Amino acid sequence: MYDVCIIGAGVVGSSVARALSKYQLTMVVVEKEADVCEETSKANSGIVHSGYDAHPGSMKAKMNVRGSKMMESFCRDLDIPYHRNGSLVLAFSPEDLPRLEALRKQGYENGVEGLRVLNREEVLAMEPNLNDTVAGALYAPTGGIVDPFKLTIAQAEVAALNGTEFRFETKVIDIEKIGEGFKIFTDKGELTAKVVVNAAGVYADDINNQLSARKLKITPRKGEYCLFDKEVGNLVSHTVFQLPTALGKGVLVTPTPDGNLLVGPSANDIIDKEDNSTTAEGLSSIVAKARQSVKSIPMGFVITAFAGLRATEAGGDFVIGEADDVPGFFNAAGIESPGLTSAPVIGDDLAAMIAQKLRLKEKTTYVSKRKDVVRFESLSVEEKASLIRENPDYGKIVCRCELVTVAQIKDAIHRPLGAKTLDGIKRRTRAGAGRCQGGFCAPRVIEILSKELHLDPREVAKFNPNSVLLVEFDKDSL
Amino acid sequence: MMKRDIVIIGGGPAGLAAAISCFENGNRDILILERETYLGGILNQCIHNGFGLHTFKEELTGPEYAGRYVDKVRDLGIDYRLDTMVIDINQEKVVSAINEKDGLLQIQAKAVILAMGCRERSRGALNIPGYRPAGIFSAGTAQRYVNIEGYMPGKQVVILGSGDIGLIMARRMTLEGAKVKMVCEIMPYSGGLKRNIVQCLDDYGIPLKLNHTVTKIFGKERVTGVNVSEVDPATRMPIPGTEEYVACDTLLLSVGLIPENELSRKAHVKINPKTQGPEVDESLSTSIPGIFAAGNVLHVHDLVDFVSQEAALAGKFAVKYIAGLSQDGSAVAVEPQNGVRYSVPSRIHPGNAEDITVIRFRTDNVYRDVFLSVYLDEERVMHLKKRILTPGEMEQVNIPKKWITDRPGLSRIRILVEKE
Repeated sequence: MYDVCIIGAGVVGSSVARALSKYQLTMVVVEKEADVCEETSKANSGIVHSGYDAHPGSMKAKMNVRGSKMMESFCRDLDIPYHRNGSLVLAFSPEDLPRLEALRKQGYENGVEGLRVLNREEVLAMEPNLNDTVAGALYAPTGGIVDPFKLTIAQAEVAALNGTEFRFETKVIDIEKIGEGFKIFTDKGELTAKVVVNAAGVYADDINNQLSARKLKITPRKGEYCLFDKEVGNLVSHTVFQLPTALGKGVLVTPTPDGNLLVGPSANDIIDKEDNSTTAEGLSSIVAKARQSVKSIPMGFVITAFAGLRATEAGGDFVIGEADDVPGFFNAAGIESPGLTSAPVIGDDLAAMIAQKLRLKEKTTYVSKRKDVVRFESLSVEEKASLIRENPDYGKIVCRCELVTVAQIKDAIHRPLGAKTLDGIKRRTRAGAGRCQGGFCAPRVIEILSKELHLDPREVAKFNPNSVLLVEFDKDSL
Repeated sequence: MMKRDIVIIGGGPAGLAAAISCFENGNRDILILERETYLGGILNQCIHNGFGLHTFKEELTGPEYAGRYVDKVRDLGIDYRLDTMVIDINQEKVVSAINEKDGLLQIQAKAVILAMGCRERSRGALNIPGYRPAGIFSAGTAQRYVNIEGYMPGKQVVILGSGDIGLIMARRMTLEGAKVKMVCEIMPYSGGLKRNIVQCLDDYGIPLKLNHTVTKIFGKERVTGVNVSEVDPATRMPIPGTEEYVACDTLLLSVGLIPENELSRKAHVKINPKTQGPEVDESLSTSIPGIFAAGNVLHVHDLVDFVSQEAALAGKFAVKYIAGLSQDGSAVAVEPQNGVRYSVPSRIHPGNAEDITVIRFRTDNVYRDVFLSVYLDEERVMHLKKRILTPGEMEQVNIPKKWITDRPGLSRIRILVEKE
């Protein structure tokens, strides 16, 4: 019997695993997809919110502000791209200016530092490409941007380095309470654990409702985005929001830590928890809304569009902690925005609760840091030269857009919880994330994956075994 | 730091022809930098025939055409480095490159010839809604899988865009056992060569659906189908109610080529927004003296023969530049007007020009039974009857130097399409 079983290897599950892995215990993370960071964690705004949005006293408000404050040092320790670029919330009419002030007050109450309401001239001086119709803005200097893939992957790697077992392509079908723990039925067999952590994202209600009488209802709220070429990555330097609406924080325009420009998200409640397709309506709506914020959106520079599903719980707040009626069953449910910002502290808090429950002792061998795959493109020429001398694989370019080398691809494959798919390589190295979207590097990455993992190229997939890229020649039909 | 008279970025057809021309014009201090493990560039995966009709008066395959230039480069003993990626060029013409063996390579050049070719537009630029499954490939990437790697990207294929690579791949995948269901083209005309439509689609009964585009992609893991819709030719927007579901496991995109000018931008070479390539004069010199450009990095060509011609000219002028024989003086602007989308070059220095300067250009639409005219300021000097002009086929006119030198004070050469 495992001490702990975590369901879901998104940013929340990975964070709980990371935080618990400093204790002496046996732990398994069960994930239905083939890699970490395959659902909501991979398709969001990548924003470290400063914390003015959430209602004072809510779990969202508390977790957000704590998350925002610890994110910089957290990312430094785990070698994750993070940049505190500051956020702006725009108002477009004088009537809306009091709402900025209300937001500022709410932020102050939540403990957010440095909030200021700016007048039109101040805003335009900070962001010259904003629309002239802007009337004022709330400035949050503590807002930031983070690589959401790396925030997930890095935490999962730390968990793995400290002995956590990960089972991928393993879907939980049912859970039963048994004596001192739980029996978890998956499509790959059963396992037992003393404690279960529900970090199942949009499926967290299904998991909870199998055990607890306190029912949850999670509605997937689709958010669609357009990602733009680095060429226009400096259209804005801050994360630019509009005044929030009932459905969320509205459409933002932001640089990403890698220098792209991101526009989105839409907000549409849907039924199908697997439907992360983009829609013509969604994409055109975000562009229309973004055009309110900035003078023009360079649509010719879109490099990809994507959609993610927010796990919106009916109660409107995060559901974090042990279920009242099911001892040993811990929820991390309804983790929508500001979920990414909050994930590290959600992990810390749940780990502390579980450690107390199971009376866990800390390890003496805990490894708290990890090094990311080298970001070759950002190095100076001297640093590049010296790396190639150390390892000639750094002299072989695989991805021309993001300047990714063979050495980085191999590192991504062979590190703990290494990449097994094209998407796995992309999120760990950025090969394929650039302007040609893998047109150049995909054949080369397939070759390296097949060689390093001893796979036939026809077995190499985009993200799971059903998403293979190549088939055999077949002339029988001729 | 290594020093070379001429550094050529790219060992494809443009780079090879430029190198040979430099050598034959008397400068032998040449280095070609190529990122692939072989010379020849994209021609190596273009195993179909039809190359070299103008240059060699015979039909060659891509590798054969490239092979003739590669052999010559080797015979002449021109230096080249393979597996070498240029990562920077600066305004002082210092070229930085990396490879496995040399590590970082920094070369001070007297002249640089940009010959990086072009890349394919990806799905993102089209913003087609739907899932993001496996099975969506650009046509050139698919060509590499089939012809170089030896794998098929899929078996039931829809092709979006009727660029030449898409047309070629329609035939290629059919020959390898795939079912190519249709080629959709959002425009009312094909972006490819007429001969490719006949030889690659018509001969195999593959329908070309003009004024059609893909409006949705189905399949979460692997493509299972697409929606194809008719578009309004005026707005190019899909017409509601016309969508047709087409089952397929593969969507190939052949939706345009973009000159690959990341390095040119690093050197602050001025880029023409219409071609996405550098602005050049009669000598193929960019806005930075001593940096030349030729081939698809300059503007996307239909025929490799013209790439080779253009690159040979760049090589010749690069040698002339190093010898200090370039004469700039005043320049005459070349202006594409009414119906002509762009022209290369964009200015001519008569003091430096060859006896004939070739101006290459494309029209912005299909024109039937029109005249192609050249004006020197307001004076019409060329008036050619054209049965058809189409953006898919590059056109050219020859401008004798004498036209310019005979007219002191001439300010511009205008190229345009006229009804009469």
